[in-house]
Amino acid sequence: MTSTPPAPATDATGARRDETTQPILDVRGLRKVYRSGDGAVEAIRNLTFTIAPGELTCIVGPSGAGKTTLLKCIAGLLDATDGEIRLDGELVTGPPKGMAVVFQEYGRSLFPWMTVWQNVELPLKEKKVTPAERKRLVREALAAVGLADVHGAYPWQLSGGMQQRVAIARAVAYEPQVLIMDEPFAAVDAQTRAELEDLVRELWHRLGVTVLFVTHDIEESVYLGQRVLVLSNRPTVIMEDVAIDLPDERDQLSTRSMKRFAELRGHVYELIQQSKRGRRPDAESTGEAV
Amino acid sequence: MMTTATTIESGERPTGSTPQRRTERHVPAGVLGALGLLTLVVVLELVPRVGLVDERFLPPFSSMVSALAQEAGTSTFWAALGATLTGWAIGLTIALVAGVVLGIVIGSIPVVRAATSSTIEFLRPIPSVALIPLAVLLWGTDMKSTLVLVIYATFWQVLLQVLYGVRDVDPVARETARSYRFSPLTTVRTVTWPTALPYVMTGFRLGAAVALILEITGELVIGTPGLGKEIGVAQSSGAVPQMYALVIVTGLIGVVVNLIARWGERRALRWHPSIRAEVG
Amino acid sequence: MAHTLRRVVLAVGLPIVLVAVWWFATASSTSFFWPPLRDILGTFVETWWPDRLVGDVLPSLMRLLAGFAIAFVLGVSLGVAIGKSRALRAFLEPVLEFFRAIPPPVLVPILILFFGIFNTMKIVVIITGCIWPILLNTVEGVRGLDEVLSDTSRIYRLSRRARLWHHILPGASPQIFAGARQSLSVGIILMVISEMFAASNGIGFTIIQFQRTFAIPQMFSGIIVLGLLGVALALIFRLVEARILRWYLGLRAAQRGE
Repeated sequence: MTSTPPAPATDATGARRDETTQPILDVRGLRKVYRSGDGAVEAIRNLTFTIAPGELTCIVGPSGAGKTTLLKCIAGLLDATDGEIRLDGELVTGPPKGMAVVFQEYGRSLFPWMTVWQNVELPLKEKKVTPAERKRLVREALAAVGLADVHGAYPWQLSGGMQQRVAIARAVAYEPQVLIMDEPFAAVDAQTRAELEDLVRELWHRLGVTVLFVTHDIEESVYLGQRVLVLSNRPTVIMEDVAIDLPDERDQLSTRSMKRFAELRGHVYELIQQSKRGRRPDAESTGEAV
Repeated sequence: MMTTATTIESGERPTGSTPQRRTERHVPAGVLGALGLLTLVVVLELVPRVGLVDERFLPPFSSMVSALAQEAGTSTFWAALGATLTGWAIGLTIALVAGVVLGIVIGSIPVVRAATSSTIEFLRPIPSVALIPLAVLLWGTDMKSTLVLVIYATFWQVLLQVLYGVRDVDPVARETARSYRFSPLTTVRTVTWPTALPYVMTGFRLGAAVALILEITGELVIGTPGLGKEIGVAQSSGAVPQMYALVIVTGLIGVVVNLIARWGERRALRWHPSIRAEVG
Repeated sequence: MAHTLRRVVLAVGLPIVLVAVWWFATASSTSFFWPPLRDILGTFVETWWPDRLVGDVLPSLMRLLAGFAIAFVLGVSLGVAIGKSRALRAFLEPVLEFFRAIPPPVLVPILILFFGIFNTMKIVVIITGCIWPILLNTVEGVRGLDEVLSDTSRIYRLSRRARLWHHILPGASPQIFAGARQSLSVGIILMVISEMFAASNGIGFTIIQFQRTFAIPQMFSGIIVLGLLGVALALIFRLVEARILRWYLGLRAAQRGE
């Protein structure tokens, strides 16, 4: 199946050598151990990677690989046990400025007592954006996700896909440096999902924002990303950093039927299968005590 | 390490609801709760002792306890306690039976339901205590006066829950019963009752608390036999520690009634899907 | 059209029948306890309008509203604080369970000790009775706030103030209202009882006076006033609730439709 496995884009430490600019996101030796009662669970063992400004990176891993834990650490919602995370050079200790997150549970991440407009506007008010500017940003963001005509509606009056569009509009209007998406399309139907995937690519092109896209869907990760970080089973380390050398112009039909797409998908699939079986990357010294 | 990880894996859901453990707690909730009660006792003891509040108004906790011990040695106390519990049980039972029977009848017949809904909506918010003067006029300080209040207030709690429950009956099940030509009684027994049971139990739990409140209120205001009356007597005779002791007793009865009602609710519904799902 | 007519008939039919039954059953009544409804309604206006309405009903209502409003503010503030802190909740839970279980009217004799028999006592009685359902429901509401929504609030760096007003309070509002509705009926009961105990004015006081002086038709009219008051307050509460919780009712309907 995998006739030509692509070479890893990074060296063993995970740092990109070819980058001259400072990375926007720098994760070093991240480790997360949950303590519950008298037991401890090591969710993440050792993660080191950097993301350059403007990159669209996908993170994929088997279910239970600690994807959400990783994301919450990056977003400053959880404290790391060890290691450090820097956003644009600044240490992340709580939810940082310049970061927006789109959650999987669209129905639970929008304020049901606010209209679509108010939902998108609230973070801007908190950012002390002037009313005129606010108005412009909200209008543009809603137009960008194709919801120019539902300003006054409440989220629960919309379909699931439209609700997720509102959440994306809110993130976009916030003008973050880094946009994190946590399996944002896991709960929408296939048709809507394809539309939303193209929307993400389009917004990313247009705004030049750095996107970190977490998914458990292998095809989605290959289709969307410039780069796919494949995670191992828990306790999580990086299996491989796969460069996606597909043309920048992507299309649901033609891109997905490319030979190269199939190869990359096959390769990532193989990695996931291996990590499900418990294989660890060779770089990691196995069996070390916690 | 790996074994720990796999066993606890199912506990941590990967869908964004990772428990936040910044504020880990090592003191169990039960200990904290006991500490809370202890603090209350200490405050009740110290506040009057150091003179923050006049001891005539708020005696120290220890004198409340000794008053309670003294009370517990009298037959009056036990008779009052018995009267309160008897009135509560009788009122609750009558209200429960009436509420369930009427609720099922009204709820099962659409015309009756439509015709009675405005009346129910109107009668329900009428405060039960409005009946006090009428009850006093008719029965004086006989136990019946309070019983009427208890039944009136409790009946609405039960009736409304039963009505919700009957409305919840699966239309398909109802149609099925009809197509098999079940007799009305069989339909109630096999279709309506099982669906409505959780609601009946909720009605029982709410009703039990309301019945107790109205029982003691009636005793206090009207002067029918029971703990409420004893509180009134203690107040008018200036026996402040006794009064506090009796108030504490009513609170404890309330706690016990709540616990029993909740326990009964769970037990009666153990087989029920909604509870089973909760248990896992 | 026929549908509307049917609904109107169904809505007013039974009440009219019941009133008619009352009217005719007591029409020729000579019973001292059950005066004809005609007599009760006949004395209604002269009994209540305008002196007792201003001198008794209004003071009762003011005390009720004052007590309810204070209980609401206190209950919600304390409820938010307790609901936010797991430790505080564990610490206070048994104490709150106990206080909630005390039948509120038994506090009347205690509060008379502290505050005498004046307005303050009656308002405090109403507060001490009304606060528990609001407090406990607020705690539940705050505790049940959606975690994803809390994460969202944090990600977008909402200030404490904004979180309180745009997240915590609206999020807990369905439970807060459920508690407030219970509190309102408790409040009416306590309003009446505190006046029956000791007062110089108020609906409860007036009705008891009528009963003691065997002014039976007047007493019945008082019971009717009290009933109307309860119904009117419940109605107003429902209107306010429907307005503020419009989003919640819509959300629930949408969820059920799915």
